[in-house]
Amino acid sequence: MEDIAILGVGMHPWGKWGRNFVEYGTKAATDALADAEVDWRDVGFVSGALTVRCGYPGYVAGSTFANALGFTGAQVASSYAACASGATALNVARGQILSGACDVALVVGADTTPKGFLAPNEGKRPDDTDWLRFHLVGATNPVYFALAAQRRMALYGATQEDFAAVKVKNSRHGVHNANARYTKEYDLDDIANSPTVSHPLRLLEICATSDGGAALVVSSMEFARAHGVSDPVRVKGISLVTPSYPDTMLDLPYLATDSAAAVPPAELTFKESIGARVYAEAGMGPDDVDVAEVYDLSSALELDWYEQLGFCPKGDAEKLLRDGVTAIGGRLPVNPSGGLGAFGEAVPAQAIAQVCELTWQLRGQAGARQVDGARVGVTANQGLFGHGSSVLVAR
Amino acid sequence: MATKTTVPAVEGLFTVVDGHAHLIGGKIPGRESYFFPKHLAGADPAVGPTELEEVRLSRRGTIWSFSNSEYPPPPPFVPRTDPYEPITIAAVELATEKMVILGQVADGWTVHDLEVGMEVELIVDTLYEDDEHVYTVWKWRPTGDAPSEEN
Repeated sequence: MEDIAILGVGMHPWGKWGRNFVEYGTKAATDALADAEVDWRDVGFVSGALTVRCGYPGYVAGSTFANALGFTGAQVASSYAACASGATALNVARGQILSGACDVALVVGADTTPKGFLAPNEGKRPDDTDWLRFHLVGATNPVYFALAAQRRMALYGATQEDFAAVKVKNSRHGVHNANARYTKEYDLDDIANSPTVSHPLRLLEICATSDGGAALVVSSMEFARAHGVSDPVRVKGISLVTPSYPDTMLDLPYLATDSAAAVPPAELTFKESIGARVYAEAGMGPDDVDVAEVYDLSSALELDWYEQLGFCPKGDAEKLLRDGVTAIGGRLPVNPSGGLGAFGEAVPAQAIAQVCELTWQLRGQAGARQVDGARVGVTANQGLFGHGSSVLVAR
Repeated sequence: MATKTTVPAVEGLFTVVDGHAHLIGGKIPGRESYFFPKHLAGADPAVGPTELEEVRLSRRGTIWSFSNSEYPPPPPFVPRTDPYEPITIAAVELATEKMVILGQVADGWTVHDLEVGMEVELIVDTLYEDDEHVYTVWKWRPTGDAPSEEN
């Protein structure tokens, strides 16, 4: 796969602003265009990551943002893939660029979220596993995060203090991020004193739902050169793989795993396969990575990602954390932005925000949270119904 | 006061035969590939979408992982009690089917009573009630001694 260039990035700060999501996306897009020094009227394709929580304008987010910026006749698409929506929108834009259909594209996602647990659509829908898991089991998203955390404790001897240490680390990173929603530095006592949501996870270890917006201006390498950008941050790989049958890791929103009685589980778990695909596409491996932004929907899930992305063998993530490897100043900082712990999740914007952070890191523009000498960065995220994504960027 | 009618909260997912509760799964004919719920759990790509046999899944398994919900889940969950009492949840591995199935844990068991690897069996119990009905669901109950009250 050929590279595309990231010419510009922009974000609207995360928070609980309660305003129209269009405002956040438009602000992020305007910033990304300014950062890229690209005139909006020269954008050939608008790739929206859509939101299911803001009515029809949310479903057709690509068009909604294009309208807010002023319709120009650009081509448009809107993508939904749960938490992987932003990476999907980037992948659609890459396809348009590499096919020659356009030279420069705008990728944008934004959301306004309700308070509290994310819940399924209303109405009695017993043919929807997302409805069944709430109605019959009471299995909220944090319950699934907690099942994974408890499993880590049983398999590898992880402790609640290990999980809390992830949150402490990320809060120290987030302090330096003006786009983050939570910029308070926490210590282990703060975490231990926060109420349990789903044992063994505490409130401060579970990602909130936030408002926010993020955008990228991406182009062909040829356009970037003609635009005077000789060494842009490049997208080297995008992974949007589905699981492989039989998927034996229980994941939301399912009531059960696949059965491995007739067919043995695949060599790689679903989340391992997300990383494997992005490395294969980029022609790189975990040893090449200088910095990562991973989906810490819970503190414990960040530890799982260290292993799923190949940063260490299974069971060694706690050691990587304790040794300071994944803190800024360590060999492989993870979530220098502060991660979801500092942001909360604005679903369609989140995978785009991860790429924004890595772009700032690879350009050396991350200020007090800069990872020295970062040249290669990788993202990872997960979403409902067999969605997940990873993006690898390099200079 | 009229007697309430007991009905499954959702039809077709579990059954009680001779006093024993079973989950109702799907199975590819002639192949040990199981699915739960029968019609909502995907397909084996080597076979593709196909008519599944209805089978009763193993009624005993071991705890793969467990947790709880200290706060009331949002609708469509219906709290059984007011005020809400935290529900305990387990993901249970079935040896024959080589699959993991989620469910609430029987009353009286908290996360402090459970361990990964503990044996559990399936029961059918109340999910919630309204004025006319008792709505039931499957739950996992450890086969060992009930937890002491001090817990």
